[in-house]
Amino acid sequence: MSASPNRRRQVTVRGTLGIVAFLAVYEAFARSGMFSTAITPPLEIIGVAFVSSLAGGYIFLQAGATLLRVAIGMALALTIAVPLGMLMGRSRLAERALAPLVSILMPIPSLAWVPLIVLWFGIGNTATILVVVYAATFPLLFNVWTGVRTVNQMWIRAAVVMGASRACVFRQVVLPAALPFVITGMRLAFGRAWIAVIGGELLASPQTGLGKVIFDANEYLNADVMLSALVVIGAIGLFFERMVFHRLERSTVERWGMTAQTRR
Amino acid sequence: MAERIEVEGVSYEYQTDQRRVLAVRDASFTVEPSEFLCVLGPSGCGKTTIMNMLAGFLEPTAGEIRIGGRKQDGRLIDRGVVFQDFAQLFPWRTARRNVEFGLEVRGVPRAERRDAAMRFLKLVRLESFAESFPHQLSGGMQQRVAIARALAYNPGVLLMDEPFAALDAMTREEMQRQLADVWQQTRKTVVYITHNVTEAVYLADKVLVMAAHPGSVRAEIRLELPRPRDPLSDAFVEAQREILSHLGPHSSELEPERTPSPFATTRRPTGPAPQTKPEGGIP
Repeated sequence: MSASPNRRRQVTVRGTLGIVAFLAVYEAFARSGMFSTAITPPLEIIGVAFVSSLAGGYIFLQAGATLLRVAIGMALALTIAVPLGMLMGRSRLAERALAPLVSILMPIPSLAWVPLIVLWFGIGNTATILVVVYAATFPLLFNVWTGVRTVNQMWIRAAVVMGASRACVFRQVVLPAALPFVITGMRLAFGRAWIAVIGGELLASPQTGLGKVIFDANEYLNADVMLSALVVIGAIGLFFERMVFHRLERSTVERWGMTAQTRR
Repeated sequence: MAERIEVEGVSYEYQTDQRRVLAVRDASFTVEPSEFLCVLGPSGCGKTTIMNMLAGFLEPTAGEIRIGGRKQDGRLIDRGVVFQDFAQLFPWRTARRNVEFGLEVRGVPRAERRDAAMRFLKLVRLESFAESFPHQLSGGMQQRVAIARALAYNPGVLLMDEPFAALDAMTREEMQRQLADVWQQTRKTVVYITHNVTEAVYLADKVLVMAAHPGSVRAEIRLELPRPRDPLSDAFVEAQREILSHLGPHSSELEPERTPSPFATTRRPTGPAPQTKPEGGIP
């Protein structure tokens, strides 16, 4: 069931309303004189900082560097978490062997690893990407595992009865049936990765990236630049949520009427 | 293709935390090729357990089941199964691709299996819904897709576990008419589980009346009524009366109302919202 264009517009308008209200509160706060406008610049100044950061594509280069780290980190996390999660969901032995380890590693904040990772791999790109990998792996792993483990038994029975081999059941039934969980896992992993990459850029000091922009601006107390970088970070997050995850969901699980699980 | 089913001295016993339960005791019966058998009985009579053993989901703890002369050991034997739960269809496949599944695993080429799927969807009068996803279909339509899917790869036997029990009465009658029609066109050997006497008399060549605690065969009744059957005819009513007489004191449990089965598995959190009781599972 796709929403009518009218309904969709209404949703967009209401969503915008929240953002406008938030900006108005910020603007009132910035102009209240509680702090100097140098530290709480009004929107206009942030806008100017943003426009000047566009010059020469500077902000795009920085955002691109950050996104590249997220992409590499997510790709590595997927390579680790998807096969491992499936193994844990299908094999009791793997589940018993790995579940305690996962339970121990999962709650450790990825940023807590940064000093150690820097110690082992030095500052720079590698360290930042590893932080992203750590952050993204566990939500993915956990969801793939749950998704594979909780596949409706009737679908498996139906497939077996029709003569499907184990491999075929896995490919044709378990994988699509687990997809709602996998998408949820990717969403969560992306959110975590995004937090980790900015933190990693602040702490592991690579040469580029949005975290680096904020860190450098802090040296000169350029609050306007910091805030405009925050806006870019938020905008990229929104873009991915809407353009990637939402679309993926619409073309798969929502189309198949399996959304009850993802909207929990 | 239609196979003979032989059930010989089959029992099924399982262990719960507290005690051993004999779900089926020494059941023996034969279903001839192209015969329509209804297994009728109250809750707890082991009819779903029998179904699960025929389908190969459970192995009898005593006795033997043979389909087409071969021992049912859970593998190899072609059988079509239709469950009660609407959620049996794969939600990520259209109706047509659901029906194609059995052909796909047999490596039938795309064009050929597409034709076959359309033929069987036509048989259950759903050819115009071929490209719909299961969640876009009503419960009755989903069950018809499930029947088409179970027939499409031409299995020797068709096993049906109360496929219409979760439907409203009017839809159920229409489904029964259509099933009788489909069966006459395909001439499969059918084993159909039900607790509805009228349904059994409408569909069956032979009715196996089961008793509960422990589940056992109480009577085997052959129905010679002409088809299509008229539920208002004297002969039909007479057949119902005869079956009820074999059911004895438990007959009050045989209203179309559904009671939970002791073999029910707990619902998984996946799939569309549960509207029906789950199919019997491995206890």
